[in-house]
Amino acid sequence: MTKPAAISIKGLSKSFVATRVLEDINLDIAPGERVVVIGPSGTGKSTLLRCLNYLDHPDSGSIRIGDLSVDADTASRADILALRRKTSFVFQNYALFANKTARENITQALITVKGQSKADAIARADATLRETGLADKADAYPAALSGGQQQRVGIGRAMALDADLMLFDEPTSALDPEWVGEVLDLMRRVAEKRQTMLIVTHEIQFAREIADRIIFMDGGKIVEQGPPKQLLEAPQDARTKAFLRRVS
Amino acid sequence: MRALDFEYMLDLVPVLLGYVPLTLFMAIIGMFFALILASILAVERVFKIPVLDGFVRLFISFFRGTPLLVQLFLFYYGVPQVLSFLTNIDGVTATIMGLTLHFSAYMAESIRAAILGVDRSQWEAAQAVGMTQGQMMYHIILPQAARVAAPTLVNYFIDMIKGTSLAFTLGVTELMGATQKEAAGSFLYFEAFLVVAAIYWIMVEALAFLQRHLEVYLNKAHAR
Repeated sequence: MTKPAAISIKGLSKSFVATRVLEDINLDIAPGERVVVIGPSGTGKSTLLRCLNYLDHPDSGSIRIGDLSVDADTASRADILALRRKTSFVFQNYALFANKTARENITQALITVKGQSKADAIARADATLRETGLADKADAYPAALSGGQQQRVGIGRAMALDADLMLFDEPTSALDPEWVGEVLDLMRRVAEKRQTMLIVTHEIQFAREIADRIIFMDGGKIVEQGPPKQLLEAPQDARTKAFLRRVS
Repeated sequence: MRALDFEYMLDLVPVLLGYVPLTLFMAIIGMFFALILASILAVERVFKIPVLDGFVRLFISFFRGTPLLVQLFLFYYGVPQVLSFLTNIDGVTATIMGLTLHFSAYMAESIRAAILGVDRSQWEAAQAVGMTQGQMMYHIILPQAARVAAPTLVNYFIDMIKGTSLAFTLGVTELMGATQKEAAGSFLYFEAFLVVAAIYWIMVEALAFLQRHLEVYLNKAHAR
């Protein structure tokens, strides 16, 4: 992996029709930092992630990853593509390519986007599938995999991209409880590599274990942030306290 | 009521079968170009490229809104009067052109609907890994749309095979034209057209057989 890049988000805002979903988000993430975002449903956590790779186009604000800076006012198609190529995304509903096998889900972008040779891409995909414990499912199509297996492939697909920033959008929320553990285990292994991660999750215990910093969001804003111990055990804001009481 | 002249019918079969390759040639070439054109039109309709979109909609509207026979006459008898380089267009070429344009308009709408039916997560995943729009369409969206559109597209191909019979109105001696000539010589119209009907029918049934295999192939990613 190349030298990890620092990430800086400034003044990010986003509205859907009449509702303001993100309001002036400012956030710096250090290389190798693992940041977890928690907060009530509908407070813009997922929208924040989706704005970072322009799946949703922010109304204003800028995003800098390493030497690439993209401003919402001036973002060209090429800027957006470049930004997406510096990030990887793990979806709540896995979103594996339905017409591709587990292996092809990983090799597809390595070949078409990163320009790797087919042999290199396959070698990388097989190594990733071993890491995710799915070597025996390489030739299976998503429809033949369990939710947990699909999400592990989804994480593998994102891992293989060697992105500067991995984004996880509630990766366990759509899973049956029996599959949550294996997906969190895999994410723990990713975190151990000091991969820069921004994770939206409701798994507070998991956040406590792996996060360098936890961010509490409410009403489209960052209300409070800090190391897990501080934020979870000594929250300052009344909204954070109320939320933590509800979920624990 | 008279008895059917079976002997005449049996003799006619090999004669008419000799024209099957021309019919299939026109249909296959027409289908090939129609598929390409329809895919381009469909992708344009999905992305609604400014200005171009107006022309595409006009194109689809015209070729869906007028009879195939009118279009063929327009191409073969009409257009060459205006565009002199088409003066020497032959009936087979005019038929293939007409079939291509006519069916591409219908197929574009089927493909467009199939593209829009591909789950949003598939578009987002392709974007998230950094694919360009072209890569996304080629590798992810169109293959999945093809599975949905395939049965309809095969139906259009069946229609196109039968549509080649209109080439006879442009003076092409294809399957239908040859039957017409044979019947005019023997006066055994019933026998002659019965034979040609059977030949078309068998061709289409053979295609329906291939269609079932195509659908199994296209569904392999979705078998549990």
